[in-house]
Parts: sequence; C-alpha cells; structure tokens
Amino acid sequence: MNRHLVIQDLLKSGPNHGKVDAFFNAPGRTFPLVEGPHATFVWRGDVDGVTLRHWIFGLESESSLARVPNTDLWFLTLDIPHGSRVEYKFEIHRQGTSQWIEDPRNPNRARDPFGANSVLQGEGYEVPDWVDPDPDARPGILEPFSFHSKTFDAMRHGAIYLPARFRKTRLYPLLVVHDGSDYVNFANMRTVLDNLIHRLEIPDMIVAFTDSPDRLREYANDERHARFLTEELLPDLTGRLPIIDRPQARCLMGASFGAVAAFSTAYRYPGVWGRLLLQSGSFAFTDIGTRNRRGPLFDRVVEFVNQVREEPTAVSERVFMSCGVYESLIYENRSLVPLLDATGMQVKFVEARDGHNWENWRDRLREGLSWLFPGPLMFVYE
Amino acid sequence: MITYDIPAVVLLGAQRYDPTLGEAIAELRIKGKIATITAGWQEREDDDEDLKEHLKGRAINLTLHARGEDVFRKDKELLNAHRERQTLLRHRQDFYRVRLEHALDAQHVIDQRAAPDEILEDEARTSIDAIRNIDALHLDRCTRDRREFDARYKPEGRAAVAAHRDQIAAIIDDCEAIAIAGGHVASLLNRLRLFGIAELAKGKTIFAWCAGAMAISERVVLFHDSPPQGPGAAEVLDAGLGFVGDVVVLPQPEFRLKLGDRQRLKVMVRRFAPAACIAMPARSRVTWLRSGPTAPYGAFAIRDDGTHSFEPPSRAGRGVPSSTSVSLSPSSTAIPIPSAPPSLPSRDV
Repeated sequence: MNRHLVIQDLLKSGPNHGKVDAFFNAPGRTFPLVEGPHATFVWRGDVDGVTLRHWIFGLESESSLARVPNTDLWFLTLDIPHGSRVEYKFEIHRQGTSQWIEDPRNPNRARDPFGANSVLQGEGYEVPDWVDPDPDARPGILEPFSFHSKTFDAMRHGAIYLPARFRKTRLYPLLVVHDGSDYVNFANMRTVLDNLIHRLEIPDMIVAFTDSPDRLREYANDERHARFLTEELLPDLTGRLPIIDRPQARCLMGASFGAVAAFSTAYRYPGVWGRLLLQSGSFAFTDIGTRNRRGPLFDRVVEFVNQVREEPTAVSERVFMSCGVYESLIYENRSLVPLLDATGMQVKFVEARDGHNWENWRDRLREGLSWLFPGPLMFVYE
Repeated sequence: MITYDIPAVVLLGAQRYDPTLGEAIAELRIKGKIATITAGWQEREDDDEDLKEHLKGRAINLTLHARGEDVFRKDKELLNAHRERQTLLRHRQDFYRVRLEHALDAQHVIDQRAAPDEILEDEARTSIDAIRNIDALHLDRCTRDRREFDARYKPEGRAAVAAHRDQIAAIIDDCEAIAIAGGHVASLLNRLRLFGIAELAKGKTIFAWCAGAMAISERVVLFHDSPPQGPGAAEVLDAGLGFVGDVVVLPQPEFRLKLGDRQRLKVMVRRFAPAACIAMPARSRVTWLRSGPTAPYGAFAIRDDGTHSFEPPSRAGRGVPSSTSVSLSPSSTAIPIPSAPPSLPSRDV
C-alpha cells in the first residue's frame, strides 16, 4: 500500500482513547474512510472481535477487523477498485455470541427484501441523480391490478404504471417487470421511470409490475409462467390499455431468477417479446452432467440454459444484460453474451463493480431502458 | 442557398431563455404580422405566451398540431394510414440504424489500424463512402415511402385537410413572415408537410430555430453525442422542406455535441459533405438571402478536420460564442470528399 492512510497515522501515533476520539471527530471525516482505492472500515467498542461481512464474490466473505492496540477501535483496510459499490454488515462477537449489524457510522443504507445493508461507496461511485424524485418530473400513476389466471387457477396481483401524460388515444410500449414490488420498493423504479420519461431518455410507456407467490418455482423456467404472461396477461393488458401491438414494443425484464423467467418466457414464445432486459440472470449451466454446484433449486434453470447453449436461437430483437463483477453469476452472464450475440439478436452487456443487489439493478436501469426503448431525446431540439 | 421562392431565411439559436427573434425581425425590417408554428411542442403547442409577448402581439399561431389532431379525428382512414406509415418509418429507421452502427464501427476499427498513409487515406475515404451510401439509401427510401403515401392517400385533397389548409393559407397571406419554433422535429415536419406549408410560405420571410431550423433545411440529421445508452451516431431522419440547401443544421451544439472530439466531428462533416455542418448555439443567427448566407453571428461551421471556432460561453461571455464572423460557405469548411447471510445466504436467485 503506497498511499499514506489516515489509519496509519493513528497507528504510528501511539494511539489511546483520546486520539481515537480525535480520529473520529476530525472535521469532514466520513466512514468508512475512502482514500483513493483504499477503504478502511472501522468499528468502536469493547468486544471480542469484529468481522466484515460482504457479498463480494472473489474476496473471502468474512474478513476480521484488527484491534488498534490499547484502544477499543477495530479496523480493516481493503483495496476497492474505482467506482465500486459494496454492501456490507459488521458481525460483532461478544461473550460467545455474535450479531450482524449495520455500520452505525455510515449513513448510506440499501434496503432489500432481507432488510438493509450498509453501503460503501468507493472512490468514483456516485448515486445517479435520476434515482431520486425530481420536482420538475411529473409523476406517473401506479394502479394496483388483480387478475385471475386460468393457468395457475389463482389470483395474481400487481401494479400498472401509467406515464404522467397518459392519454387513451395514444399508443404505448409495454414493459412487464418480474419481482415488480421489489423493483418499486428497492430500486426506486417508479421514480426512475418518471425521471427518464421527463428527460426524454425513454418514451412514455406502460409498465406492468408483476409478482409471483412462488417465484423460486415459477421463475425457474416454468412453462406455466410463460403461458400466463404471454397467453393471459399480455392479451388482457393489450385489450384494455392502448399498447402498441408489435414485438418491438413489448419487453420482459427481471433480475436474478426474474431474468431467467423473462428469458425462458421469450424462448418459449419466440418473436412475441421483442425486447428483454436481463439483470444478473441466474443463468446456471453445466458443461457435463445436469447438476450445477448451486443445488437442486437451479435444476430447471440448468436445463433451460443448457438448452439455450445447445441451440442458441434469436427469440427477441434486442437484449440488454447487466451483471455485477462482484457476483458469482458474472461467469454465467459473460458466458451467455457471445452465444446470444451470434444468433443475430442485438445484445448489449454492461458490467458494474457491484454485487447481486437491488441498487446495482437500479443503477443500470437508465442505460438498459434507454437502449431498449430510446426516448425522443434524439428528436427534440428546443 | 435558398432553394424556394422565399426572400430570406433566418436560422436562430435556441430561443427559450434568451430570445433573439425580435432582434432578427427588426433587422430585416419586418413590420407586419407573424404566423407562428409551435407544432413541435405537440400537446403544449398553445403554451406560447412567452413567444407572443416577445413578438409584441404580432404573432398568430397556426396551431398545426391541433389542426392535425382534428384532421385525424375526422378522417379515420387517414389516421390509420398515418399510423401504418409511422410503423413503417420506425422499421426503416431501426434497420438503417443497424447498418449505420456497423459501418461506423468498421470505420472506427480501420481508423485505429497502422498501415502506410496512402492505404489508410484510401480506406478512410472508403469507410466514409460506405456510410454516405447508407445515409443516401435511407433518405431515398424515406422519400419514396412518402411519395407513395401521398400518391395513395392524397392528403392535400382530403376534405378535413383542405379545410384547415384554406384557413392556414388565409392567415399566412395576412402575415409578412413565418416563425417556426423547435420541439419534436419529426412531429413538426409531419405537420408542416400535412398542411403544405412549403407552398403556403412562398414570398414570406422565414425565421426558424432548433427543430424548426432543421425541418426547413434540405436534410434532417438527428444527433446527440452523449445519450444515456452510449455514444450515439448521428442519423438521417428524412428530407426537410429544403428552404435552405447545402447545410446540415446542428442546434444546441454546446449540449449535444462533443466539441472536443475531433475524430467524431470529422466523420460527421465528411458524411454530409458537400453540405456544411452549421452549429447553432444560443444567441447565434445566420440570415440567408437569395444571394447566399450573410452576417452570421455566433454560428460556426465544423471544419473538415473536425475543428471549429467555438469557445465555451464561460470564456466568451454570456452565451455568445466568440466567433461572430465565420464564413459559412462550404468551401471554408470542407476539403472535398471524393464521391461524396449463517454462512452468507445465496442471493443469486
């Protein structure tokens, strides 16, 4: 480590309680300390040990913080590449027990269905300015909908987004989102849509946010799910909303298993869904045998992806894929890109220094949506 | 050059924050009423109070967008035909873009290669020729599609269109000039064509800015160097009304062009030569008389090598480019181009 780090100054200074106080109270200092490509995580407390828990594939998933001698300060410095975004927790060990907590000195949090994590924003990472509400952007409407599926013989629920300037006399593209509630709640997708439409970066569009009561089963290459989306939901929405009736105006999107659901649906109905947005797809496969290391949950997925790899077919026109380089799935996603590209589909693949999480997927929405559905930006000159 | 029976055409920079239209009108001693076209603003067409105020009560909005909506309400056959045509145009533009992006990628790859200079120069010309051919083919197809549409549906003779056209003609007849604002250039161009504004504008002085300026040039080129989906390629949209020839109008260059990227600008200029690529920043103005362009103020041409004379407003003053006397003749811009969580839970699900 060539760079002069603040924590090293403290270590060399003969640290004591007062110097640790001064270390924390230095004006303008935020934690974790980000100094160029180095990030120093700190915890203060009289405990038996502190472990950094993170989801960076490629690093040990747990790394112990070291105690600064004669103090109650614990620290760990890691090299964090430019532009990285890292979600983490501290595991505090005390009297034979341990507890996972968010970093109390870091105000940056990311919520997800499991709760929340602290977020390290590495040098060069900035939260995009289009993810927060813009007072100039007129908000669209989010209306709940319920739908009885014959395929599942059950009610399905979701929400329909209508753009702010929605008019029944106009025709709109349709975007169907898997894990819709999570995209709204954890990826700010409603706000993102409002902002991107306001900026003319995507066109006015109708968005169906859908959820599944059993996503691990239904999203994992389930024929019923594909039938439900294509033969039930799509005709229903097209019948009651002004939707452009062309494949180029229909998009399926999802993350993780949701991406598998989107792609496997398009694969079963080639030519229907002209746009796909696949984020961190769980595209597990095998080169020999049928059992992937990830376990039986992935068996149907492996079956599907192996089939795709055996017979790559152009099922859509444009496919946007993204994946974090700190995800274990980066290998599977990178492997899929050339296969899809060779079919003649237009494929765009974007990597980010991030993990398998909702804010990674949020941060890629602008690039993905605007590539699949370019807005009128190129047409408007005022 | 002016290619229509029009005494003068004035192209202006963006008017939203610091309008200069009034100055341009005064300079040409226009005293009468001015027909305004704000159809590029689409549904916000009548949100034109600022423009009316700027023109001191002399403006009469032709409301071409609203008239178009009325036509489509009354003439369902034309509406359906229009929608079919829009679908066709989207396909055309999409396929054109696929070809164009591959040709631009090839040009870029070849441009990075090391080889004897004479080979590289020859290959560079070939790359540009290939791109120009794709542009030309697209433009030809757009023109052909439009002619077929006009021949089949004869919009000018349809009752709903003719009624509005008569009203528009009467308004324009009573005006000394026409001012065409910016906005959505395809939508604007569609309305200008639907109501035959090119014919009705004969004998009137034309003022136009942003999308309006693009729409009255001979060829509409869409451009934005920094769209969110990645570096964008300039695209030919369609032929414009052609009031002025030999220019490609580039509004808002200070926001839309990477003015420091010479390679990129060079490719653009060579694609569209011999037409000059004229960038029109805020407060800029160029007046075309029948004798040719005169008194350019703030507008600048991109040169054949990708250089230009523009300096950012922060150094040059309040939005005024420092270069105020740039010749806009093509010869000044162009070297001719031949032929143009217990353990960590898995979250990967």
